[in-house]
Amino acid sequence: MINEGVDISKRQFLTSALTVVGAVGTGYLAIPFLAQMRPSVKALAAGAPVEIDISKIEPGQLIRVAWRGKPVWILNRTPAVLEKLKTLEGDLADPNSNNSLQPEESKNSVRSIKPEIFVAVGLCTHLGCSPTFRPEIAPNDLGDKWQGGFFCPCHGSWFDLAGRVYQGVPAPTNLEIPPYRYVSDNLIIVGDLTGDTKA
Amino acid sequence: MKINRLALCGNWILERFPLAKVWNEHMTHYYAPRNFNFWYFFGSLALLVLVNQFITGILLTMNYKPDAKLAFDSVEYIMREVDWGWLIRYMHSTGASAFFIVIYLHMFRGLMYGSFKQPRELVWIFGMLLFVCLMAEAFMGYLLPWGQMSYWGAQVIISLFSAIPIIGDDLSLWVRGDYVVSDATLNRFFAFHVISVPLILVMLVFLHIVALHEVGSNNPDGIDIKKYKDEQGIPLDGIPFHPYYTVKDIVGVGVFLLFFATVIFYMPEMGGYFLEHANFIPADPLKTPEHIAPVWYFTPFYAILRAIPDKFAGVIGMGGAIVVLFLLPWLDRNPVRSIRYRGGIFKKALVLLVISFIGLGYLGTQPATPELTFFARILTVVYFGFFILMPIYTRWEKTKPLPTRVTEEHSLEEQLHTFEEQLPALLDELSEVKNTGPEIGDPAFRSSFFSRRPTAEGISHVLTRWLKKIITSLD
Amino acid sequence: MKFLLTLILFTALTSTGYASETVPLQEARINVADKTSLLRGAKHFVTYCLGCHSAKYMRYLRIAIDTSVDQSIVLKEIAPDGASIYDRLQSAMNKHDAEKWFGTQPPDLSLIARSRGADWLYSYLKSYYIDTSRPFGVNNLVFEDTAMPNPLWQLQGDQQAEHRKTIWGGYTELVSKENGQLSDREFNQFVNDLVNFLVYVGEPMQQERRSLGKYVIFFLVIFLIIAYLLKKEYWQDIYKKKS
Repeated sequence: MINEGVDISKRQFLTSALTVVGAVGTGYLAIPFLAQMRPSVKALAAGAPVEIDISKIEPGQLIRVAWRGKPVWILNRTPAVLEKLKTLEGDLADPNSNNSLQPEESKNSVRSIKPEIFVAVGLCTHLGCSPTFRPEIAPNDLGDKWQGGFFCPCHGSWFDLAGRVYQGVPAPTNLEIPPYRYVSDNLIIVGDLTGDTKA
Repeated sequence: MKINRLALCGNWILERFPLAKVWNEHMTHYYAPRNFNFWYFFGSLALLVLVNQFITGILLTMNYKPDAKLAFDSVEYIMREVDWGWLIRYMHSTGASAFFIVIYLHMFRGLMYGSFKQPRELVWIFGMLLFVCLMAEAFMGYLLPWGQMSYWGAQVIISLFSAIPIIGDDLSLWVRGDYVVSDATLNRFFAFHVISVPLILVMLVFLHIVALHEVGSNNPDGIDIKKYKDEQGIPLDGIPFHPYYTVKDIVGVGVFLLFFATVIFYMPEMGGYFLEHANFIPADPLKTPEHIAPVWYFTPFYAILRAIPDKFAGVIGMGGAIVVLFLLPWLDRNPVRSIRYRGGIFKKALVLLVISFIGLGYLGTQPATPELTFFARILTVVYFGFFILMPIYTRWEKTKPLPTRVTEEHSLEEQLHTFEEQLPALLDELSEVKNTGPEIGDPAFRSSFFSRRPTAEGISHVLTRWLKKIITSLD
Repeated sequence: MKFLLTLILFTALTSTGYASETVPLQEARINVADKTSLLRGAKHFVTYCLGCHSAKYMRYLRIAIDTSVDQSIVLKEIAPDGASIYDRLQSAMNKHDAEKWFGTQPPDLSLIARSRGADWLYSYLKSYYIDTSRPFGVNNLVFEDTAMPNPLWQLQGDQQAEHRKTIWGGYTELVSKENGQLSDREFNQFVNDLVNFLVYVGEPMQQERRSLGKYVIFFLVIFLIIAYLLKKEYWQDIYKKKS
């Protein structure tokens, strides 16, 4: 190579200019390539709000519906359960739901709009397994301390029947409460707070 | 301190992996002839398109469904509902056509400058294998959108296998995995298109480049640059690939991307040539479209198939059109590589080959009327004539003496400069001053340029001169 | 040489197009950027086409987004009653009935503009004429023996085919026999809006594609200029060596 009379600084400037422009171009090209992995309109359509008729749920019964492909629980809690919930606060990690996800109107001790009807996303806040519904008190496998609640079989997290997490278990926060509202006394819509988009 | 650690880290790798060695061997110490012209862009562009096809292809498989019931819908799903899916799909579909444009030009370069000749026969063979693989890849990929053209195109091409005597019917049945093109065919084509053939393509590209770098690149003069070396053993007419050809190829990439982006954003269907109109109708096994034509890059071979009035002979003709290309290094008996120093007979033959190839390509897109079939037959004869008569006419060729060193390529500025110098004389010849119009007050308009009118005599003069120049250049 | 000339002539004479055309087509004025035309076309589509034809790759949501109209307005003004914004433009007709009535299934129209072309659709919808030999009493000049009855006859009125002879050979002209609810101009506008909507439905992001193209090309030109300057700078070495 002949290097006499070569303007090294010009070369360096042009090389870096081209590198920068090339990098910016590659960056812009990467946006569509990465964005195509985002949920599409189809996923959004599947995430459309779900209506649930709650008149058929017996006291003590739990039903599961799918919203955005996730299990959503609707539990009709008996007065006895609601009484029990008040006595548990000392054993819980976040009894007032300060560090947990829920809409403002569900941020109370029973974590629901109406005390009897409990709505929650049925996925453990630890690593996303769906906890099992164990309303019975002190069963053989869970021991004497079990006061009825949700037990996550994957890593042994404990939640009470308001979805609040116990102390000393892997799950960091209470179960998530999805956005929901009452259309009438017997009908709730999960996943939609803004207004009625149905015609 | 930090930079030191980074350097240590780099050294740690270099001591264990021959990265620097490979880089030197194939980039900074790979000496390419200094006189490459624009025909030499297409190799690196083919690599670029290959990478484009790989990346966009992988992204498309994330949403595509290889199922006869779902395939068409999933393509429309990609086009409409996946974020940026349309861009990725158009990049892939335009990339397929761009691949063939680049490859055809790349092959033509090889023909023109004799890059297939001794000692580069193996480079040519690997390249031809790449071409065949690419055709298989494109053909199977074209079935995936599951439109009418996909379906019936595949049906026709797979039926070609049935022309083979004795085993033909069983063979085409085995390829389809069904009695017609069906879900089974789609599924296996997907597997081939996405996994097997791309793997083979990558391996062949590797072999193609390794073989090339062993013997060194040819050049527009077709002479061996390794004959004259300096004291360090570096060819006098060679320059390091990096940085000189890397920076040059980047310019080629820039020009290519301009064309590529224009097609993607403004004419993704390319008038029905890149994405055929009938392929926007879902595959219907009960109804053949009125006029079926393969995508443009297969039409020359398809036209040969149709031109031959016998089914089996047609298949042989179509296959033969590709096979003769493999034999090229042994058909050409003339040791002179570059067209610049070859005899007129080869130049004329090459022009005829180009005409027949483009002509067949056009005829392949048209319905087979008797007149057009007649033309297709003539062109088929011309196409095969180029190859079959090659051992004869290349012996008669009167070649010109070869230079000992490569001739200089002029830089773009120099070429523009000469053109600029010749332009006034050319304008003088083409037009004459006529002051018939009303006098315009503005002095700028009074310059002689605006009062010039073209003259028929001047134009015919220039045209005959150019024509003569072209004809003499063919001798 | 003669052979070459003939070949070139042939090339010039024949051209690839959509499906083979026998009748000269009328030109539709397509402008997918015209949002009001698209909305009118969408309304026409839902009123006159959706009974039999779906456009199943299209959602009402997409229309709302692309025409910058509120979702509730699209649901109220365009979509049939009870549709959700995420719904696709599905036809209510079931396949079995369709086979029975028309002998064939009405095709999905999502991509019809891409397979047939806008001009063909425009001409087709305007070229119905009375033909008592056909099951629905009408035939079409552009699509001979079409299975589709004229959905717009009330708007257009009846047309009759009249054969004319000239020195160039015969041709068929459609003459209005009975006026419809719309005047000629209104009807042309109506069909044009409908075809415009179908072109949009064929490729909903085409507007986005074109507007993005400018920036990409501008960027590539800058890239090319810098790349060229860099190449020129490096290649000085080579050209210097020569002299």
